Amino acid sequence: MNGLLSLLIFLPVVGTLVVLFVPRGKPSVIRWVTTLFAGAEFLLSLPLWTFAGFRRSGDFFFRETHDWIPSLGAKYSLGVDGIAALLILLTTLLSFISVYSSFSAITKREKEYYAFLLLLETGMVGVFCALDFFLFYVFWEVMLVPMYFLIGIWGGPRKLYAAIKFFLYTLAGSVVMLLAIIALYFFNTSGFLWWKGLGNPATFDIVHFQAIASSIPPDLQLWLFWAFFLGFAIKVPMFPFHTWLPDAHVEAPTAGSVILAGVLLKMGTYGFIRFSLPLCPDALASNARFLGLTTVGWVAVLSIVGIVYGSMVAMVQKDMKKLVAYSSVAHLGFVMLGLFALNNAGIQGGILQSINHGLSTGGLFLLVGIVYERTHTRMIVDYGGLSGVMPVYAMLFMVVLLASIGLPLLNGFVGEFTILTGVFLADWRWAAWASLGVILGAAYMLWLYQRVFFGELTHEKNKGLEDVNLREILTLAPLIVMCFWIGLYPKPFFEMTAKSAEKIVVAVSAPEARRLARETAPRLASRAPAGPPAAVAAVAGVK
Amino acid sequence: MPFPAGDTLLILPELFLTAAASFVLLWATFVSRERERGLAFFSVGALALTGLLMFVSAGASGTLPRSAFGGMFVMDRFGLYFKAILLLAVIVTILFSLHFVGSSPYPGGEYYGLLLFSTVGMLFMASGTHLASIVVALELMALSQYVLAGYFKRETKSLEAAAKYFVLGAFSSGVLIYGISLVYGAAGTLSLAGIAAALALPAPPAFLVVGIILVACGMFFKIASAPFHVWAPDVYEGAPTPISAFFAVGPKIAAYAIFARIFFVGFGPRAGDWSAIVAASAALTMVVGNVGALMQSNVKRLLGYSSIGHAGYALLGFLAYRDASGIGLWSILVYLLAYAFMNLGAFGLVILLESKGYAGESVDDFNGLAGKNPWLAAAMLVFLLSLAGIPPTAGFVGKYFLFSAAMKAGWFWLALLAVLMSAVSLFYYFRIARAMYLVEGEGSLHWRDEPAATAAIALCAAGTLAMGILPGPFVQFARTCLLPFGP
Repeated sequence: MNGLLSLLIFLPVVGTLVVLFVPRGKPSVIRWVTTLFAGAEFLLSLPLWTFAGFRRSGDFFFRETHDWIPSLGAKYSLGVDGIAALLILLTTLLSFISVYSSFSAITKREKEYYAFLLLLETGMVGVFCALDFFLFYVFWEVMLVPMYFLIGIWGGPRKLYAAIKFFLYTLAGSVVMLLAIIALYFFNTSGFLWWKGLGNPATFDIVHFQAIASSIPPDLQLWLFWAFFLGFAIKVPMFPFHTWLPDAHVEAPTAGSVILAGVLLKMGTYGFIRFSLPLCPDALASNARFLGLTTVGWVAVLSIVGIVYGSMVAMVQKDMKKLVAYSSVAHLGFVMLGLFALNNAGIQGGILQSINHGLSTGGLFLLVGIVYERTHTRMIVDYGGLSGVMPVYAMLFMVVLLASIGLPLLNGFVGEFTILTGVFLADWRWAAWASLGVILGAAYMLWLYQRVFFGELTHEKNKGLEDVNLREILTLAPLIVMCFWIGLYPKPFFEMTAKSAEKIVVAVSAPEARRLARETAPRLASRAPAGPPAAVAAVAGVK
Repeated sequence: MPFPAGDTLLILPELFLTAAASFVLLWATFVSRERERGLAFFSVGALALTGLLMFVSAGASGTLPRSAFGGMFVMDRFGLYFKAILLLAVIVTILFSLHFVGSSPYPGGEYYGLLLFSTVGMLFMASGTHLASIVVALELMALSQYVLAGYFKRETKSLEAAAKYFVLGAFSSGVLIYGISLVYGAAGTLSLAGIAAALALPAPPAFLVVGIILVACGMFFKIASAPFHVWAPDVYEGAPTPISAFFAVGPKIAAYAIFARIFFVGFGPRAGDWSAIVAASAALTMVVGNVGALMQSNVKRLLGYSSIGHAGYALLGFLAYRDASGIGLWSILVYLLAYAFMNLGAFGLVILLESKGYAGESVDDFNGLAGKNPWLAAAMLVFLLSLAGIPPTAGFVGKYFLFSAAMKAGWFWLALLAVLMSAVSLFYYFRIARAMYLVEGEGSLHWRDEPAATAAIALCAAGTLAMGILPGPFVQFARTCLLPFGP
C-alpha cells in the first residue's frame, strides 16, 4: 500500500480544487462533491485499521520518502504507527461527519466553506503522517489558515475576535516550537551555542532524532522540552494557555467546533506523545526543581488544575457550547495527566481518551448544533423540558453525555479508568485529584441535562420543536456506535497503540535504566569480575 | 589609467541600460501623452535585454569572479543574483505603473527614464567592490529616486515624501561618506579587498571603529532599519504607489548587496566590532516595525512599517558572518528573493485596487473583496501569509533560514524575539485578510482590468508559492551564487 498516505493527504486538496470550479450558484452540487471526497477519504483510510503491522510492532509503516529540500536535508517523509493511524481514522471520520452535518447549518458562501473544510483535512492528516520535522511544521501551520476562516466567516457574533485569537495563540506557540526544531537540527549536525554537535548529516528525520535522544545533553533537553511544551500546550490546551479555546469553540460553526475539539486539540497531545516524551527523556527524569516541582510535576500540576478548574468553570456556564468547551479543558487535562504518568497504562489511556474525547465531545457539539439550528440560542435558560418534545434527541444526548462523563460500558469509562490506573502508579495524590475531576464532570453534565431536558416545558416557542431528522441521526450514529464499541470492547484499540506506547515508555525510562545500569554495574563487577553484562542489560533494557 | 578592453565588456549590460535610459528621456519629448505606453514597453524590453546581456557577458568572460577597472567593479555570481532580482523588480514596477502613469497629469518619459537610471545605479551597486564606485552608484540610484518620490509634483503628500526622502537621504549619504573617510584614514585604501587586508592587521587606530559605525548607520538608513527608519512610512505613503512598491524592494535589495559586500568582505576582519551594533539595530527594527504596523489603518503605511520589520529579520543574517557554511549570507539571498516576490505582489494589489480615485489605501477599502474578486483576494492572501511567514510560502522559507542563521550564530534571544515579532505581524497582516474575507458588506473598491499588472501579480504569487512549496532549487541556487564571493 505504498502511497496511501500521500493519497490521504492530497485527495482533499483535489477535492478543494474541484469544489472551487463548481459554479457558485449550485450549493447542492458543492455539498455532494465535498461529501463524496470526504467519504472517499474515510474509506481510503480504513486500511490503516485493518493493517496488522501496528498490532505487531511500534514501528512506522506506510513509509514514503522523497527528497524535498536537499540543501537542508528536509525530506517529504511520511509514515504512521498505531497511534497516528488511530488519530488519522478519527480525523477522516470526524471530517466526513462535519461535512455531512453542515448541510443545513451553512447557508452562505458554501463554496468557500467546503473548500476550507477539505483544505483543513489535508493539514490535519499531514500533521499525523509527517515523519520529517520540517514537513510536520509546514502542515502544522497550514492547518491554521482554513480554521481561521471557518471561525471567522461562519462563526457567531464575536467571530472576528475568536478567529484571530485562535490564530495568534497557536502561532505564538508554534514559532517557539520552530526554534526548538532549529536547535535540534543544529545539535544533530554542527552544534550551536555551547552544545557540541553530533556531526551527523543534516536531517529533519523524526525517527533519527528519536534514535539520538539519549545523546542530547540534559540541559538542552530541558530547553527543548519547554519550547515544545509551549507549542503543544497551547494547542491541547493546558491551563493557563486555554483561554483561546472557549472563544474559538463558542464562535465556531458546529462543524468547526467538532473538528477543533475532535482533532485539533489532539494534535497537541500527539505532539507530546511523538516529540516531547521520546526526545526529552532526561528532562523528564531530571530531579531539577523549579519552585519545588520537577518538570513532570509541573506538567501534572497544570493538568490537574486544568481538570479541576475546567470542571468548575464548566459548571457555572450559561451557554451550552461554552460548557462543552470548558469540559474539553478538563478532559484534555486528564489526557495530559495520563501521558505524564509515563507508564504504559497512563500513555495508552491518554491516547484512547484522546480518541474518546473526539467522539463524545464531537457528538456533544453536533447535538448542541442541532438544537441551535432550530432555536438560534444556546443558552441553557432558554430550554427546559425538551425530553417531551424531542424524545429521540433527548435519548441521543443522554448517550453521548454519559459517554463523556465516563459511565461504564461507554468509551469514556475505559479511557478514564486506564488513565487513573497509570496515574495511580505514578503518584497516588495525582490520582486522587483527578478522581475529583470525574465527580465534577458528572455533576456539571448531569446538571446540564436536567436543566435542558427535564421538568416542565418552560418556553412556549419550544413546543413546536421538531425532533431530529434522519440526516441528523445519521451524522450522530457513527459516533454513538463508536462510543459503545470502545466501551464494550476496547481491545482492538489498545492493541493498535500498545506497541507504540511500549516504545515510548522504553524511551522515557532510558535515563532511569542508564542510572540503574551505572549503579549496578560496579556491584556486579565486584561480585564476579567477569560480570555478566546480560544481567545489566536485563535491568536496563526493560523498564 | 588605461584599462584592458575586456573590462568594458563586463559592464556592457550597464552601459546598454544607460543608453536605453537616455534614449527614453529623448524619445519622451517626441511622444504624445497617448502613446507613452510605448515608452513603458520599451523600458521593459530594455531591462529584459540587459538581463540577457548580463548573462551573455558573464558567460563570455570565463571563470568568475572577474574584477575590472582596477578593482572598482566585479562580475561575480553574488552580484548577478542581486541584479537578476533587481531587474525583475523594476520590470514588475513598470508593469504596475502603466495605468498609473497613463492616467496621471504628469509626463511619463521622465518617470520611466528615471526608473531606468536608478536601475543602472542599483546594478553598479551590486557589483561595486570599491567604496568610491559604491558611493557613486548609490548616489545615482538615490538622486533618481528623490525625483520619483515627488513625481506627483502638485500633490502635497508626494512633495512631502520627496523632501523628506531627499533631506534625510542626503544626510545619511553624508554620514556614510564621513564614515568612509575615516575607514580610508585607517586602511589607506578604498578597495574592499585592501580594507580587509589592512583591517586584518593587529591594533588598527581607534577611529576605525567610529568609521565602521558611521558606515553601518548609512547602511541602516538605506535599508530603513531602526533607528534610521522614520522616513520610510512617510515616503511610502506619499510617493506614487508603484514607486512605493519599488522603494520597498529595489533600493533596499541593492542596499543589502553593498551592505553585505562592505561588511562581509571589507569589514569582515572587524566583525566583532560591528556585530553588536547590527544585532541591536535588528532587535530595535523588528520591534519598531512590527509594533508600529499594528496601529496603521492605511495599507501603504502598514506595508511601509512591515517592510521595516522585514529589514530587521534580514539583519539577522549578518550575525552569522563567522559561520563556515555561509548560512549568514545565503539566508539573506534567499530571503531577499522571497521579499521581492511578496512585497511587490502586495503593493501591486494596492495599486490595482482603486477607490475614489486613490489607490486602495484604507484597510476598510478591502472589505468584502473575496466576494467581488476571489482571485485577487486569494493572491493577496498568499502575499499576506508569506509576509507573516506562514508556510507553505516563500516568506516562511526565507525567515526560516534567517532564524536558523541567528540561532547558529548564538544569538538565541534575537531569534526568539524574531519569531515572536513574526507572530505579532500576523495580527496586522490579517487585518487585511479579515477585511477581504470576514467582514461583510461592500468596501468602496473597484478594480481595473489591467492585463499587465495582473500578470505581474500572478507572477509574484506564483513565485511566492513555488518558493514556498519547493524551496530546494531556490536555496541551492542562492548557495551557488555565494561562492566565489568577494572582490
